[in-house]
Amino acid sequence: MSHLSDDTMDRARQLVELYPHPRSALVPLCHLAQEQDGWLTPEAIAEIAELVGVSPAEVHGTASFYDMLHTEPVGRYVVAVCTNIACMLRGAYELLEHVEQRLGTGVGGTSPDGLFTVEDAECLADCGRAPCVAVNHRFFGDVTAQRFDALVDDLVAGRLDDEVPPHGTLIRVRRHGGLRVGADQVAAERRAMAERAAAAKAAEAAEAEAEAAAAKDAAAEEAAKDAAAAADGADEAHGADEADEADDVRPADGGS
Amino acid sequence: MAITEPPKIVTSRLAHDDSHTLERFLATGGYEGLRKALAMTPAEVAAEVDAASLLGRGGAGFPAGRKWSMVRPGPLPYLVVNGDESEPATFKDHLLVERDPHQLIEGVVIAAYALQVAQVFVYIRGELALGLERVQGALNEAYEHGAVGRDIFGSGFSVDIVVHPGAGAYICGEETALIESLEGKRGFPRIKPPYFPAAIGLYGEPTVVNNVETMSNLPWIVAHGGAAFAALGEGRSTGTRLFALAGHVRNPGVYELEMVKTTFRDLIYAPVLGGGILHGHELKAFVPGGVSAPWLGPEHLDVPLGQDEVAACGTMLGSGSIVVMDHTTCALRAAWRITRFFWRESCGQCTPCREGSGWLEKILWRIESGAGREEDLDLLMDACDNIAPGVSWPPQQTTICVLGPSIPSSIASGIRMFRDELLLHVKEGACPHG
Repeated sequence: MSHLSDDTMDRARQLVELYPHPRSALVPLCHLAQEQDGWLTPEAIAEIAELVGVSPAEVHGTASFYDMLHTEPVGRYVVAVCTNIACMLRGAYELLEHVEQRLGTGVGGTSPDGLFTVEDAECLADCGRAPCVAVNHRFFGDVTAQRFDALVDDLVAGRLDDEVPPHGTLIRVRRHGGLRVGADQVAAERRAMAERAAAAKAAEAAEAEAEAAAAKDAAAEEAAKDAAAAADGADEAHGADEADEADDVRPADGGS
Repeated sequence: MAITEPPKIVTSRLAHDDSHTLERFLATGGYEGLRKALAMTPAEVAAEVDAASLLGRGGAGFPAGRKWSMVRPGPLPYLVVNGDESEPATFKDHLLVERDPHQLIEGVVIAAYALQVAQVFVYIRGELALGLERVQGALNEAYEHGAVGRDIFGSGFSVDIVVHPGAGAYICGEETALIESLEGKRGFPRIKPPYFPAAIGLYGEPTVVNNVETMSNLPWIVAHGGAAFAALGEGRSTGTRLFALAGHVRNPGVYELEMVKTTFRDLIYAPVLGGGILHGHELKAFVPGGVSAPWLGPEHLDVPLGQDEVAACGTMLGSGSIVVMDHTTCALRAAWRITRFFWRESCGQCTPCREGSGWLEKILWRIESGAGREEDLDLLMDACDNIAPGVSWPPQQTTICVLGPSIPSSIASGIRMFRDELLLHVKEGACPHG
């Protein structure tokens, strides 16, 4: 009996299949586990490790690098108050003070009722509506103390359940579509494409070589003529050499 | 300078509430650029992007066409789209993924075709939940519409796109860190060289990494031609660009403006743009291109919004985000908050960045809270000098990525522009701004 539910496990396997190397699915799987549990439990870490083929310590070590992945339990709502420069200039620290008072806990803490965890966030990229607050990564802009209180009331009363899912649920739109062919076929197609491109390149190079050879012949002819004629003819031959070099360069540039 | 009225290249649909839907997208010319591209050769598509002289919109401003030319002609194993927008006060990609996800997808498929890529990963900042849902939803629709997947619009070209959520780490916006993160690891930037993932990228394969706004420009460039794009703007800065305006202005927001034709003064004061300083206050200083950039003052208001024009002032246009500070702002507190950000987001690989950011943050806070010493300003500069020797711009590189050397920008700006105000903190034993 696995810790991750059957549905979560199915989605996890689908995610792993999206990538050429399973480990790439590590962070998306951590998000998925948080969707189930609200945070990243040791049991989930162990199963993610198995799914992507690394040790649980590797999963923990990677997850702990990222702010959004919580290896300790958090509230149903993670309230991130941005305090970076744009929000600070518009009263973010005063707002944060109010948030802490209202929720009865400081930065990093969870409210006594277990509902809210408070974060002092770096820039959330919503600076046009500073100061901004994100609840479970859903944005609220131009937040005042009064608006924050109303927001908390709405969340507690369940009036924002559609807009703000419980912590951990990040992307509610599931992927459908995709190439829907085996990796073998994609690889074969890529090889064929590479061969076609290589052949085109070779043809181009051959053509360029022929052109270059022709130019060289012409240059040599001219040089011979020039040598036989006057001394200033040497300059022209040098010019032809330069043109020759330029011709050599072009095909390498992809004929663009 | 007069504000020009260029065509809306990436924000044309935003007047509509349903700009993110396939219906609206198709009704407003959506996927026409892609159809046109598929009728051209990949080389011809790349040539249009070259002709547009499109500078990458992620922050470094590297020409997109040149990034592509390193790996062309294809096929290229992987294209990665960088939607990990986290530079403080930058919120333009947030807008694009939420409000016009199909435009992004169209741009991505055009790029994939030009580079002959079969697999694309769109890495979107994890905190952008609605953006992730919108892009995934749009992608599902695009597969069904035949704009992504097998045999796109009957052209014989196939590409698969995967939306990959980040999980909260500023450093993953750095392209090699983003690749590490996409491989399922901690977001540690990779040691350079190689300087570009074009040499060694995702899974060790050649990879191109392009920004969301860069991709979103492609449908218009293909539909109207690179020359039409290059005709906008001036010099190296062609086309339009999204500028994110925040801080003490009446109308903060994202504005699409023609490059170079608009000045900081226009952006901050024009009634149709920023609308002036909040409460009629005076301008004290502004950050011109993300918090990694050195600050500018009122004397720089008439500098045009162009890559080279801003660079000539010893700073950068960077991510195109402008933070306005009015005369009531404590410059020390602003520098402290920016430094605190770098300290929290340093990945910890390199000593100058990991240790330096923490020391700087503590010294700044000591001064701000009234316990500063007169020699603290020299101490700050000494620590900055250890992170980026000479504390010049662009900074000297002592670390694996550019996060570390960006740390001194705000501190050096604060000391250079407001030395007396900083010293007043020490003399009065408190912040003069209360």
